[in-house]
Amino acid sequence: MPSIRQNAYPDLLPDFRNLAVMARVLVGVNAVALAGTLYATPTLGAALDRFVFVAAFLEPLLLVELMALFAVSPWLARLPYAFGCAAIVGVVCVLAGVYHGAVRSVTHEAMPSLGRTLVLALLMAGTLLAYFRLHTKAFSPALAEARLQALQARIRPHFLFNSLNAVLALIRRDPKRAERTLEDLADLFRTLMADQRQFVRLADEIALLERYSEIEQLRLGDRLRVIWELDAAPSDALLPPMVLQPLLENAVYHGVEPGTGVGEVLVRIERRGERVHAAIENPFLEAGNQRTGNRMALDNIRERLALFFDAEARLETRVANGRYRVEIEIPYRRA
Amino acid sequence: MIRVFIADDETPARERLKELLQDIAGELPNVVAGEAANGVEALERLPGSSAQVLLLDIRMPGMDGLELARHVATLDDAPAVVFVTAHDKHAVEAFDLNALDYLLKPVRAARLAAALKKAASGGAPRRESLARAADGPREYLSVAERNRIVLVPVRDIVFLRAEQKYVTVRTRSREHLIEESLIALEREFSGADLPYPFVRIHRNCLVARAAIRGFERTGGGEEEAHWQVVIDGLPERLPVSRRQWPTVRELIADK
Repeated sequence: MPSIRQNAYPDLLPDFRNLAVMARVLVGVNAVALAGTLYATPTLGAALDRFVFVAAFLEPLLLVELMALFAVSPWLARLPYAFGCAAIVGVVCVLAGVYHGAVRSVTHEAMPSLGRTLVLALLMAGTLLAYFRLHTKAFSPALAEARLQALQARIRPHFLFNSLNAVLALIRRDPKRAERTLEDLADLFRTLMADQRQFVRLADEIALLERYSEIEQLRLGDRLRVIWELDAAPSDALLPPMVLQPLLENAVYHGVEPGTGVGEVLVRIERRGERVHAAIENPFLEAGNQRTGNRMALDNIRERLALFFDAEARLETRVANGRYRVEIEIPYRRA
Repeated sequence: MIRVFIADDETPARERLKELLQDIAGELPNVVAGEAANGVEALERLPGSSAQVLLLDIRMPGMDGLELARHVATLDDAPAVVFVTAHDKHAVEAFDLNALDYLLKPVRAARLAAALKKAASGGAPRRESLARAADGPREYLSVAERNRIVLVPVRDIVFLRAEQKYVTVRTRSREHLIEESLIALEREFSGADLPYPFVRIHRNCLVARAAIRGFERTGGGEEEAHWQVVIDGLPERLPVSRRQWPTVRELIADK
């Protein structure tokens, strides 16, 4: 039986290449430093003066440490959690020690002892690691939830039953195509039921989009025209599963099905520097009710992007020139 | 021989229904009297087809199946209607509630045969049941003219005025007569959240809010003074009753 315990999620080290993680480290360390100076000095004014002095020592060290962790981050990610933590604390303490020595050799100010610096560094690193562990834990149920949500939001019963109906219509006239369509449906559902916590390769997600559009094409015939602009798509990029397919499904459901004419849907995916950019565009139909009818699916995707990329992912929608457009931007990570 | 008309926007879905009709032809002789891929097309082709049963998809572009059924019901020899839906919880609940017949896609041959038999003997659904099952206002009003249906888009209507048995539907270019009650029309089209809301200005008149250009005060002297609605693009003036004036003024102030 699959477990529904939430601690089935392994502990993960923080990703030091994520801007949000860096921001949390900077804010956390400085908040503690400020609290410390407030405690040690009698007045607010004195505390602020003192804090400026402390910050002048602290900030360069913090930045150097973050840069070092940024550099070794991919290597850290391969270590078991406990070793990873030890390595991070090690890096932080060694750098703090070296930095302490360097500052002492150039300044005439009275310096606190090396031992004090090391203990502070150790405590701070430990506290932050504990914080990140709790932070991930707090999100674990959300991840389990996200999987469920993805499942529920994705199987639009309307699509499933209409597709099955279309396959039934094909069986006698075009058995080969009926077979292919059932295979496409099977692939689509396999992905839906797969583990939604793991990244997938963009190439696989694109293949899924093509399968899905094959099925819709069968149902809608000439009314659906999909234009693919995928030449600049980085096929080795990683992204959360079922992010693009729901967007394409929305485009068809709101932008093509309610219209009597031909509906043109555009799918463009490309790499822009260190970002992957995807845009899906469809005719904006009054009867399609897209602005409101879409919201739940979009919120769902936005939440899952945040779970995977924290603050580094972006999802935007726009209506212009009679076209509805959803854009997603995520950091470019290779498989 | 039952004459069946099929309305569905998906070609494979129509093909499938035709296959099934052929499969049950031994048990229940039938012939396809016509087919259409959307509501407007269905209304054009249906009157000439002398169909007895209409197999009608609910989700169709342009005009949905429920609205189509309401217009079809105005025909003199309106066919019986069997709704077909893949998945539409809301509609299915409404059908159950109002005793309207429906089939779920994918359709089974046995269910189809049973539904056709029942429909052919039961006749056209009642207009009131269809109106109750609908979940929003219609996009068109329909006028039955010499066994054909003329659709008047609600967004083109300037005002609706009750005269004796009929209601006059006035657009910028034409007038039509329909057999509906002004009270029911008001209930359907006066919601403020609708795309084309109407407002009652007199016991016998509803005006499209978007068509109101302003008001004129008239009379005085012998006649009692009262307000009139000035309409965009039409020379006619419509009197506002004293009773409705406060409501109308407030609505327009909001605008």
